[in-house]
Parts: sequence; structure tokens; C-alpha cells
Amino acid sequence: MLSREEIDIILLSLKVALWSVAISLPLALLLAHGLARYAFPGKSLLDAIVHLPLVLPPVVVGYALLLLLGRRGPLGGLLEDWFGIVVAFRWTGAAVACAVMGLPLMVRAMRLSIEAIDPKLEAAAQTLGAGRLGVFFTVTLPLALPGIITGVLLSFARGLGEFGATITFVSSIPGETQTLPLAIYALTQTPGGDAAALRLCVLSVVLSLAALLLSEVLVRRASRRMLGYDAVGRD
Amino acid sequence: MTLSVAISHAQGGFNLDATFECGGGVTALFGRSGAGKTTLINAIAGLTRPRTGRIIFEGETLFDSARGIDVRTGRRGFGYVFQEGRLFPHLSVRQNLLYSHWFNPALRAGAEFTHIVDLLGIGGLLQRRPAQLSGGEKQRVAIGRALLARPRLLLLDEPLAALDTPRKTEILRYLRTLRDETRIPMIYVSHVVEEVLELADHVVLLSAGHVVASGDVAAVMGRPDLQPYGGFFEGGAVIEAHVEAIDPDDALVTLGFDGGTLTVGNFDAQIGERVRVRIRAREVSVSLAAPEHISIQNILRGEIMALDKPHGSSVTVVISVGAARLRARITRRAARQLALEPGMQVYALVKAVSLDRHGTAA
Repeated sequence: MLSREEIDIILLSLKVALWSVAISLPLALLLAHGLARYAFPGKSLLDAIVHLPLVLPPVVVGYALLLLLGRRGPLGGLLEDWFGIVVAFRWTGAAVACAVMGLPLMVRAMRLSIEAIDPKLEAAAQTLGAGRLGVFFTVTLPLALPGIITGVLLSFARGLGEFGATITFVSSIPGETQTLPLAIYALTQTPGGDAAALRLCVLSVVLSLAALLLSEVLVRRASRRMLGYDAVGRD
Repeated sequence: MTLSVAISHAQGGFNLDATFECGGGVTALFGRSGAGKTTLINAIAGLTRPRTGRIIFEGETLFDSARGIDVRTGRRGFGYVFQEGRLFPHLSVRQNLLYSHWFNPALRAGAEFTHIVDLLGIGGLLQRRPAQLSGGEKQRVAIGRALLARPRLLLLDEPLAALDTPRKTEILRYLRTLRDETRIPMIYVSHVVEEVLELADHVVLLSAGHVVASGDVAAVMGRPDLQPYGGFFEGGAVIEAHVEAIDPDDALVTLGFDGGTLTVGNFDAQIGERVRVRIRAREVSVSLAAPEHISIQNILRGEIMALDKPHGSSVTVVISVGAARLRARITRRAARQLALEPGMQVYALVKAVSLDRHGTAA
């Protein structure tokens, strides 16, 4: 049904999207919690910077990543010298590009759900012996779970569809950086590739739809658990 | 137990400047809304950091702005029962109750779980979620949760305010049991005089961010000069008494106090039970001779201590009956016609007695 190449493209896309989520999740949680709960100088600026990938042309983000993280870029050189990590023109670079592009979506969803938590519950947790980390992991995090799931799946879906930043940063190397949208684009540029492109388009729609449906189901389950409706006879 | 507080704090145009000390038993922080009670109790809990001052508990400095000491809330070892319960919605009742044990494994060894669950009657609720509890049940779980952290001091911020009257009575009963059984010192924030009289041993009266008076409940709550601050009840006396005799035929109870006896309607009393009674100044009349052929049951002989400054057409007469100080509000004309003066022997005619059950059988 699916060709070897198609399976490889899907697996690569999933790998890139999953890693992009893994990279951005801790950072997004930290940013969302900080922006939701603390006042500090430069908060508005930080908020704007987090949102930048949402409003900038993706090509600009990709080019900025290339300048920063390329082998001769200030951060890219450090990464290679110290850790031996090269992201330029590798699938890891594609994951980084997707992480950056998905970060604002993730932070937004998480921040909203953290802001919706009554700070009085966190104060109550403190009176029962919890420190800052304890409060975060036992009260804030579980209560923000619906927003966290939404953020993760939005950013995952964004990663599956990311095009501009990825192609600018890591190019379109089959088997290494050529994710689903990049492969579709390549096929549309190839004479006689229309049919193959269409097949990938359908696959892309199916994958994104599945991610969104899964998000819906998980969020509903999580909030039902949080609010304690579960034992009222619906399950 | 001694808690010594001397703090000042400013918040949005409101200044709190409070100094008081309290010992064991139940101390009420009493005052009208906006008097600074919640800010004060939050400062004790460590949830609000005062601008300056000191908070010392049992010789241990918990907060000292001058020395830069601020022990964090979780390390103060104080339990806190909030007005709205504040149960964690994502945890079951059992998990809520045992929440403190996640952070202090030493608490797990204790056997008090069963005891506290029984005491508060929440054994049947353990598997439920907070969303499935009634207001009274939530508050009982919240009390249990605070107690299971084995607090050195229990802080309660108007724990009855969000409940309807039957639930109030129910929780008040549990709080009374708690006070008598656990012996944990408590600080109880309230603006309701009945709750204070029923539960508290000491009272700290707050008004506009300042401590106006503090001391024994009967002494403070009986002072008419403090009445404008608390808006408690229009001046009167608070008397500690105990049940001396019960007359089931007439459904009457005789209460003994240092100075005489009072007869009140039966209230399923137990012999020896400690009660606190309030006698409003306007419910007391004064007679120079022992009245005869009169329906009033409570006639107490005493000596006039003082006549307060007249207020409008009336004047309040302070009468000592044994150790108790009764107050009678009579007209100025009556005081003049009877030529009342300090030192005179008079009879106080008490028309009504309000009763607050204070203790279990002693």
C-alpha cells in the first residue's frame, strides 16, 4: 500500500516532530510558568520574543537558525567543539527548527491553563509543606494538564507541517531532512510527480487529523479526571 | 505555646500595624471585615511577607525583617484551614488528606489517620473527589488535611463563612471537639461574635489594621468601650458559667457562676458543662429594693461599680455581682430618680440571657 520511500518519509517526519516536542516541552513549561506566575523586568520583551516565530516569515527564522547554529555560527561552533553535535543539514536541525516554530503555540496553551489555576490552591499546598518544586509538580502541573496536552499536540502537528524554517535551515536532503511537506514540495517540482505528491498530501491530512483528534480525546479525559466528573456515571 | 507577633505591612492604601502575643487554647482574631484579620493570619502562615517586624513562635524566629529571616510557609509547621476549603480538585479525598505526607515522610509513621478520619466523620468519603462533596464535607476534609500535617498551631480563616447555618453548626461542633481532644493551639479568624464566644479562650480585637484590645474573651467582649470596633453586640456582659442543675419538669436549667445563679431554658445541657452567657445591657433593669410579685426569674444582687458617660437619653450602669460585671442600660432620668451612685447595693433584673455552649462536660 505504502512504498518504502513513503514509509521512510513518514517515520522521519514523526521522528523530527517528536524530538521537536521533546526539546521544546521543558523550555515551554518553564516559560509558561514564569510568564503566568511571576512578575519580572523584561517580561513583555520575553513574551514578544517567544511569540516572534508566530509572526515572522518562517524563512527568516530558518535563516536566523542557520546563522546561529550553522557550523560557523557562534552557537553551532560551540555545540560542535564542546559536545560534537552538528545540527546543520541534519535531521536534528529539522527538529530544532520545528521546536522553535512550535514553541509559541506550546507556551500559549500552557500559559493560559496555568493562569486559570487558582493561586490559592498553590498557597494551600505550601501550608501543607510543599516547596516551590513540590507545588509545581503536585498542583500546578496536574491541573494544567489539559493545556499541556493541547500545547504538545499543537506543536507536534506544527512540526509535522513545518516547511519554511526547515528548508532554509537544513535544506531538503532525502532520508535526512526531507520531511513530509518538503517531500511534497520536491515532488511537485518534479515532472510526473503529481500523483506521488497527492498521495503524500492525503497522508499529511490523515496524520494531522489524527493528531488533533487525539488531542481532543486526551484533553477531555484529562479535564474530566481533574474536575472529578468521572464517577458520576459517564465512565 | 507562645506566639509573638509584631509586624507592619502596607498593601494598596491599607496599613496593618499589629502587635500581640498569644498562648495555648483558641485565640480569636476578631474584627469587622477589612480590619486586617486575613492579612495578619497570612503573615503568620508565611503566605504574606510583612514589610517589617518579627514573628516568633516558641522562641523560634519565623520572620524578622531586620535580620533577613523568613522561614518559608511549608517549614513553619502551621496548619491552615481556609474559608473555601481549597481542596485539590485533581486528588481524591484520601490523597488530599495525606498530601502533607508526600513532603514529610516522617508523618507517615503516625497512626492518627484513622483517629482523625473518625473524629471528623469522613471515613465514607475517602474515595470521592472534592467536586462530589457538600460544603460541610469539604470543610471537614480541609480540617483533616491540615491536622494530618501534625501542625504545631492551627490557623483557621473564617472556616464557616461559606457555609449555610446547619453546616455552620455542624462544623462548629467538630471544631469544639477538636479543641477539647487534640489540644492543638488555634488561631481563629472571625467577624461573628457567636463563633468567638463559643470557641475562643482569648481574643485579639482588630480594627483598621490595629490591635485595639487583646485578652480573655469574657473580659474583652464585655467591654462596652470596645463595642464600636467589633460591632459585636450592643454592650453587655459575658459570664463564664457551668450547669448546676436541670429541672426537666419546667424545662429549665440553673447555671452557676462566681456571684450567683441564672435560670435559662433547657438546651439539652449536661451537669457540669461549661457555658458562656451573654447578657445585653438593654435586657437588664435596676431596682433598689428586692422586687416581689414579678415574673422575672433572674434577679441578682450586686454593687454599682460605675456609671458610664451618658449616651443620648440612656446611661449604662456597671454592677459587680461576685466576679462578674453586669451592665444595665437605663434612662438618665431613672438613674437620677434612683440617685444611683457607685458603691450602692442594687438588684439587677435580667430579662434575657443568650447562651453560647463553650465546653464539654468538665
